[in-house]
Formats: sequence, structure tokens, C-alpha cells
Amino acid sequence: MVYHFKSRRMVYGLTLFFIALSGFAQMPIFKRYYIADIPGLGWLAQFYVTHVIHYAVAALLMGFCAYVAFDYFFGRRNSGTKKFQITKDTRITASARVKIAALCGLILTGCFMVVKNLSGIYFPHGVVIGLDLLHLVLAMVLLGATAYTWVRGRSWIF
Amino acid sequence: MSSPISRRHFLKTSFFAAGTAIAGTSTAKAASTFDADKEPLVTLIDISRCIGCEECVYACQDANAHKFADPKKPFPKMYPDRVPVEDWSDRRNVTDRLTPYNWLYIQYASATTKEGEKITLTIPRRCMHCQNPPCVKLCPWGAAKQEKNGLSRIDSQICLGGSKCKKACPWDIPQRQTGTGLYLDLLPAFAGNGVMYKCDRCYQKIEKGEQPACIEACPEDVQTIGKRSDIIKKAKDLAKEMDGYIYGLDENGGTNTIYVSPVPFDQLVYDTGEGKPHMHPVEDTMAAGSNLAIAMVIAPIAGAAAAVGKYYRQMKEEA
Repeated sequence: MVYHFKSRRMVYGLTLFFIALSGFAQMPIFKRYYIADIPGLGWLAQFYVTHVIHYAVAALLMGFCAYVAFDYFFGRRNSGTKKFQITKDTRITASARVKIAALCGLILTGCFMVVKNLSGIYFPHGVVIGLDLLHLVLAMVLLGATAYTWVRGRSWIF
Repeated sequence: MSSPISRRHFLKTSFFAAGTAIAGTSTAKAASTFDADKEPLVTLIDISRCIGCEECVYACQDANAHKFADPKKPFPKMYPDRVPVEDWSDRRNVTDRLTPYNWLYIQYASATTKEGEKITLTIPRRCMHCQNPPCVKLCPWGAAKQEKNGLSRIDSQICLGGSKCKKACPWDIPQRQTGTGLYLDLLPAFAGNGVMYKCDRCYQKIEKGEQPACIEACPEDVQTIGKRSDIIKKAKDLAKEMDGYIYGLDENGGTNTIYVSPVPFDQLVYDTGEGKPHMHPVEDTMAAGSNLAIAMVIAPIAGAAAAVGKYYRQMKEEA
């Protein structure tokens, strides 16, 4: 793995960590289970703080995903010289496809939820519940796939 | 109280709704701003008219008695021990604060008029029905909902009683009753703690074209309900007429309950605390999130632009 991708993986890892943490903090569980009592983690029980952090990190993640996606798209148009990390021969692994699908779903449902939270916007109740549950399920899929690829040492591309 | 929902029914309904969201067919169409025909309903409360007779309080209890919890005891043991049991089922007659069985109460406030006269005001207090209600928008399960007519309410069949809505509410309005609701069918020891209750503005009566019970029962016509634009005009006219003050117009980004008082709200002296909401100025609690939504539009564009820039540099290197 070249250094360029190491820094990319570090940014993605940190983003994923904080967005997952602030996302789970939307449920009132961290105070109940003493996690918010750990010094430095009190913010996990402050719903407006976690709400803003989740939004901010989501913006960062969306920017990062857009960069990586376009980089891959344009990279595959390179002539195939060994100079660049991504070339026309680069392929996405199966496990990465699962993670990409989950990420796309999370971004899509997340965007609807952000719109739903704007003043004066009304979504039918069933759709709101559906979005909440789907967002949570997709987060579990992404974290599960991430854990699997991390343990098995699988990469995003080959 | 509504009949309990089964876990299977809940999951079935939820995943059906989730499927709808995946398809994305109805979501975009369903999202709609309140238009002129569906303008939110707002109540105007003229504090100067209230005599504190509590007719509204008892009318509220009568009209909503069928929604109240009837928990079975003993309650399931909850872990860890810090999880509080909140049981009002043996104190259903309490009317001097908000409880799961009392969604409206009369708050006594003392004040001094401009003429130096000491007076006592009685103020009907209940949910403010915010225009952008954080209790609804931040509920992690979608148990709280806002209707097109602007009222917000909590679905007792879905609520797990986590009390996030109460913590998110600037006035701490929702009140919890332990030992009832969906959490009993899930993991009662480890997640959830009952159901949150608050004023739902008698949605079942409004659906029939009737007025909320508290408004109907008031002998002094303290409350008026109507379209937002009409009520705001009325509130401003009333405030001008009595040289009074308005509360609720800007609080938390604007609420669908507007109070008009003959004395400034910051000069009212009243008891606050659990179940006794304040009347302080409230910033728009959802504003930060709404502002960050703009960042979510800009960020992907910036990311794409950075990738295009990189590709352009690579092309130049290759050439």
C-alpha cells in the first residue's frame, strides 16, 4: 500500500469512527450505560452536540466519498502507466462493493433525514420510521463489512 | 390508552416503510412544505383573560383519558440501576404540574404592572407545538410525529420512553410513564423505559373539525385557534391593544402557541422545575443543524472538484 492510500484510509477511518459514534449517540444509550460518564465522553449524552457533530462529519464523509469516487472514475481513464495508483486495470473488490452500497444507502437516507429536519418540511410518519430504521440497518451493514475486511485484511481495490 | 402493538406488526410496518424509502418513489413526493391551504394551526392564549378555574385542565384529562397509560405492576427490572422508574399511575389526580396523566396545567405567576400594582396571572401551560419541533425531528425511532396542521404528538404504540424528546425540548414538556408501551415486548431490562406523553392538541377532535378540549371548555375564551397568519395578526393586535408582550413568536424558531401578556415575560415570577416549564427566551435549537445542511451540499462538490483537479494535473504529467 502506497503512502497516498494510507493517509486516505486514515481520514476514512477517523471519519467512520466519529460518524458512527455520533450516530449511535442519537439513541439515549450512552448516559444509561455510563459511557458518557467516562471523562472526555460527556458530550455523547448531549443530543444537540452529537447532532451537530454527526452533520459536520457527514459533510466531511460526503466530500471524501465524492473525491474518492471521482478519483477512481478519472483514474481508470489513465493510460495504464505504473505512475498512478489507479489505472484502467484497477478493480473494486467484492467486499468493497458491499461497503460502497451501504455507504450510498447511508448517504441517500441521511440526505432525506437532513431535509426532513428542516423547518416546514413534512414527511409521512411511515417514511420517517422507515428512514430511521434503514439508516440504522445500513450503518450496521457498513460496520460489519468494515470489521470483516479489517480482520481479513481485504482491500478496497485490486 | 391505545392497544399495544405487537413486535411482529411493528417490524412488518417498519420494514414496509423502509422499503418505501428505498424505492424512493413516494419520499420526494411526500415531502412538502406547509402551503397556504395547509397553513399550521396556531393557538393564541390571552393570559389577561385566564382566571385559573382549571376547566381546561379537567377537559384535557377527560378528552384524552383513553390515551393514558394503564401500566401493569410490578414493572420489569431495568439495568443498570441508575435507570429511573417514573410512575405517575397512582398520582393521576395531580394537576399542579405536567405529568403523563396531566398534559395541561395552570401556572401561577406574580408580577407588577406598569402602574405598580401587584397582580397574579394564571397561565395555561402545555406543549408549545414548535414549528420545527426538536422532540419530533430528533426522535431516534420516529415515534414522535408532526402533522401537516402543525401539531406534534408522540405515538404511544412506538415510543420506547428513552426521554430524548424531553431532553431536546427547550421546555422539558414530555413526561414519562414507566411500565407501558413497546419496550415491554422488546428488551425491557436493557432498552427503553415506558412511553413519553404530552399534549397532542386533541388531534382526534381536530380531525373531525372540532376544537381542542381545553379551548372548548374555557368559560373565558382565553384561547383562540386558527391559521398561523390570522393568529399572529390577532396576537399583535391584542398586544398593541393592551400594550402587552408576546411569547412564542420567535421562541425556538417559532411555535404554534402564542402567549400575550400584559406584563413582560421576563418579569413574571413563577415556580419552575420538573413538569413546570419556564417562559424564558429560547434560541432556535435546530438552527445549527439546518445551517450545516448547506455544508452537506458544498462538501461533495468540493470533493469532486479536488478529484478533477488531480486528474487535470495527471493529464499534464502524462502529456
